[in-house]
Amino acid sequence: MIYRESGQFKKTYHADQAILPLRQDQIFVLGAILFAFLVVPFVASNYAMNSLLLPFLIYSLAAIGLNLLVGYCGQISLGTGGFMAVGAFAAWNLALRTELPMPVIFILAGLITAGTGVLFGLPALRIKGFYLAVTTLAAQFFLIWLLQRPWFNNYSPTGVISAPSINMFGWQVDSVTDRYYLALIILVIMALLAKNIVRSSTGRKWMAIRDMDVAAEIIGIRPMATKLKAFAVSSFFIGIAGILWAFLYLGQLEAEAFNIYTSFDVLFMIIIGGLGSILGCFLGAAFVVLVPIFLNVVPSWLGLPLGTAMISYIEIFIFGSLIIFFLIVEPHGMARLWSIIKQKLRLWPFPY
Amino acid sequence: MAAQAADVSSRARTSEVILKVEDVELAFGGVRALRGVGFEIRRGEIFSIIGPNGAGKSSMLNCINGFYHPTSGTITYKGQPRKRMRPYVTASQGVARTFQNIALFKGMSTLDNIMTGRHLKTKATLLENAFWFGRARKEEMEHRRFCEEIIDFLNLQHVRKTPVGTLPYGLQKRVELGRALAAEPELLLLDEPMAGMNLEEKQDMARFVLDVNDEFGMTICLIEHDMGVVMDLSDRIVVLDHGEKIGEGTPDEVSKDPKVIEAYLGVQEEGDA
Repeated sequence: MIYRESGQFKKTYHADQAILPLRQDQIFVLGAILFAFLVVPFVASNYAMNSLLLPFLIYSLAAIGLNLLVGYCGQISLGTGGFMAVGAFAAWNLALRTELPMPVIFILAGLITAGTGVLFGLPALRIKGFYLAVTTLAAQFFLIWLLQRPWFNNYSPTGVISAPSINMFGWQVDSVTDRYYLALIILVIMALLAKNIVRSSTGRKWMAIRDMDVAAEIIGIRPMATKLKAFAVSSFFIGIAGILWAFLYLGQLEAEAFNIYTSFDVLFMIIIGGLGSILGCFLGAAFVVLVPIFLNVVPSWLGLPLGTAMISYIEIFIFGSLIIFFLIVEPHGMARLWSIIKQKLRLWPFPY
Repeated sequence: MAAQAADVSSRARTSEVILKVEDVELAFGGVRALRGVGFEIRRGEIFSIIGPNGAGKSSMLNCINGFYHPTSGTITYKGQPRKRMRPYVTASQGVARTFQNIALFKGMSTLDNIMTGRHLKTKATLLENAFWFGRARKEEMEHRRFCEEIIDFLNLQHVRKTPVGTLPYGLQKRVELGRALAAEPELLLLDEPMAGMNLEEKQDMARFVLDVNDEFGMTICLIEHDMGVVMDLSDRIVVLDHGEKIGEGTPDEVSKDPKVIEAYLGVQEEGDA
């Protein structure tokens, strides 16, 4: 009874095709966004913002990017870390070598990542599944190797370079609250763009290729152009996430920070959160960010403090078993569980 | 025209040839799937390809479609000979098809499947879609209206938002027809649209095929095993056996052709008796 669509009649196709057709959803999402903007920065501690919320926001963005490719277009990729690094290094070098304003640098760096994504997406035209995973894995290692060449870090002796200061339209982003707001604004805008893409003809083309590429071709969808477009858009999102990761979260830049484990983490997020769902990206990111913290805090409450090594083992153990669980039981992840709950709430507390 | 439409045998309204197949050979290694097949499909008619299993019916459709490229021979569509064409190019020229084994986008809803069929009519670019402005917004509503008409036509209103993977078989076949119709093709290829259906579903589907032909004026090329359906629906029939054409003509002519009876109909009659 809580979650009821009765009485909400759609009088235009426009209303019916809205991103959130149901009033309850509209209220919920709007509430969440307002909460994130107006409440969180004033109640969260600096520690929580820096080591919890920032990674959550940035990981969500990366997960959305990867989900566009894997969940919507069905092309597997293990090169997320590499593409994040490309975005970060492109932005850093543009900031170092040009006088362009920061917003332009962000977009240019995103476009450079998109180009890189298209380049490494080319094998997808001929191969699928495991084989594609392996070629994107190669991309991951190649890109990290390439970005360790001295030119990219401007011949820094340590290979670690500090992020430039960010000035967005005259807004100097310094404090942790500023950084949180910047990440949040970019995430909200890009999540909206992603949602628009997947509900439009572009998204339907991607899903058609994912579900049945032969039939997609028969109705006039060009497989090549469609897959490459998915690689480009996905890499653009991931590139922006890479910039935010380096500039806002780490505050410094080093190719090794974007190693294969980053790729796996983002892939875990979308598998656990839900392939082919934008909401799932947020759920998955929250889960992956929260589990280590949960493992840190809860055992010590119970008087059983765990060693750091033990925590990281348990973490891997939990992720591994959850991925197996979701792949077997619920391939659409937590987002699907959420929609089942919503379905139940339509009638609750009545059985039918 | 309405008076003509009532009489099934005179429904071939024009003599304009929309698709011409000449001497088409198709070989996979040593297997010759098609051996010098030739026929013409005229605009506005319901044309059927029949034959026993393995006769090369689906191969023929795949050649027309661009999935296979004939080893030799020519296929002329609307006066243009076609050479090694990709399926999406064929689609853009106005040829749509359904598959023998349903090939729907299982993760998507009925509506989305049919909307995807409108793909060739959408012009909005990625950026317009992302920002949901300009053509993206306008087109989406126009296509929605058109797709709703198809949904009404095929009686799919109640499953509009249901993922097609969960629909029963007969409905899935209907959604697939809807997806093909959404492209507003000039030539519609139907590969066994009634396979595996019960009598009632077959009757529905037969009615849809006739209505598509009548109301939308689409030329239809049909592959079907159910002889009753084929004889009732078709304006003209071509019979294939072992990759060769063994008969062609109106349902009456074909059903009296001794070679056809021997290869196909006769066997079935024995089986029925």
